[in-house]
Amino acid sequence: MKIKDIVLKIVTPLGVVVLWEVLAIYLNNPVILPRVEAVINVLIHPFQGILGTGSLIDNTIISIKRVLSGFLLASIMAIPLGILMGYYKTINSLFDTLIELLRPIPPLAWVPLSLAWFGLGEMSMIFIIFIGAFFPILINTISGVKSVPNPLIEAALTLGAKGKDILIKVVIPASSPSILTGLRVGAGIAWMCVVAAEMLPSSNAGLGYLIMYAYSLSRMDVVIACMVVIGLIGLVLDRGLRYIEDKYFVWRKMMK
Amino acid sequence: MKVKLKVENLTKIFEFNGNKVKALDNINLDVYENEFLTVMGPSGCGKTTLLRIIAGLDYPTEGRVLLDGREVKGPGADRGVVFQQYTLMPWRTVLKNVTFGLELKGIPKKERIEIAKKFIKMVGLEGFEDAYPYQLSGGMQQRVAIARTLANDPEIVLMDEPFAALDAQTRNILQNELLKIWEKEKKTVFFVTHSVDEAIYLSDRVVVLTARPGRIKEIVKIDLERPRDRTSIEFLEYRKKILNILRDEVLKSLKQR
Repeated sequence: MKIKDIVLKIVTPLGVVVLWEVLAIYLNNPVILPRVEAVINVLIHPFQGILGTGSLIDNTIISIKRVLSGFLLASIMAIPLGILMGYYKTINSLFDTLIELLRPIPPLAWVPLSLAWFGLGEMSMIFIIFIGAFFPILINTISGVKSVPNPLIEAALTLGAKGKDILIKVVIPASSPSILTGLRVGAGIAWMCVVAAEMLPSSNAGLGYLIMYAYSLSRMDVVIACMVVIGLIGLVLDRGLRYIEDKYFVWRKMMK
Repeated sequence: MKVKLKVENLTKIFEFNGNKVKALDNINLDVYENEFLTVMGPSGCGKTTLLRIIAGLDYPTEGRVLLDGREVKGPGADRGVVFQQYTLMPWRTVLKNVTFGLELKGIPKKERIEIAKKFIKMVGLEGFEDAYPYQLSGGMQQRVAIARTLANDPEIVLMDEPFAALDAQTRNILQNELLKIWEKEKKTVFFVTHSVDEAIYLSDRVVVLTARPGRIKEIVKIDLERPRDRTSIEFLEYRKKILNILRDEVLKSLKQR
């Protein structure tokens, strides 16, 4: 049963790779579709310099650093704000309209303003990532805090808890699974945003930059290799945070 | 006998979208120290509302509640509550649930673990200290809730149909254990139930409320030695008596719907 499951899970991706290789041989044009071996060749030499822009690893690390900066900044601001907005009606009313107006704006629509405010460089890219991660973290935090069951709060009150204890010992732990979900979604969006931000003209390193640069040199093998790395890192990020959710928040099923 | 809890001229009116509903009407009641007092009545008679007002989770429209002569102004650790729904903190282990109130009181860690273990043992859950609530059955969760309330050493224990969600067997077992603990810990208990059997089995006095608005219809003193035999003639006579008092009220409450 388990082996069958594994086979079922890899048969489709494997099929795609086979189809890709057949098509690549048939087209015989690496500018449109490179051979699978060419991409693998890039991937198995991650420390080798590519097109004079540093290695695959160098560029990946630069992208990860940017994501971390923007993501941490977003978490530091969104989690406390979300807790306050979820807990205090007044604060919620103060910020709610503004947030609902800003939230639908795609992070990339902020690019011109970001470039104008922070200039060409790191800060403007981190700002785009920050915008991307901020809202999912905020929204999940607010909904987590709002959905803390009232009987839990009442039980704590009758055990002698006061306002601050309720917040620290009941509301925050009870909403932590929801906050983590927000972090997971936010991290995914941050990762997408970094690649997009690095494709901007001001960028000179990172996976997004490498994709665009390789494209300008018609090196589609490098383009696809970068895409594979982006996909893998996104997958690891998501699975890692899901693992934490499952391991530390098993009790979550009881909160329903 | 010393009066532990005094309910004075208590009236509660709820307002829903401009409609006023009187839930409790001029309740006057004394609960004595170490007494096991049960309040019962047809559903919707306001018995849970009365308990919530005593707990400080709701406020009276008129009248007041006094605990040891001091007026109740809000929830506090001096009135422990065991709720009908499961209210354990799902992210805390059994031990940590029981130490919750002790943490708030600032009792040192070693001491609070000692106290918690004593009460976990008392409710028969020794060995489950590190289990999480979701790993426990409903009956076990209510035992933890009882231990949590007792560990906090309240002046009075308020219990709101704590066994209502349990099967009959578990219910009887927990009733016996509750009585044992009550005798040992010398607590004053204010118990709410809709089960006549449970009320007679447990209580020193049974307060029967009328259908909405809840007024005290009659207070029945249960003069039976413990442990009580649910099938004895005396027990059944009390049963008959209370059921008779209740009958008209239940019919009235059915008409209200």
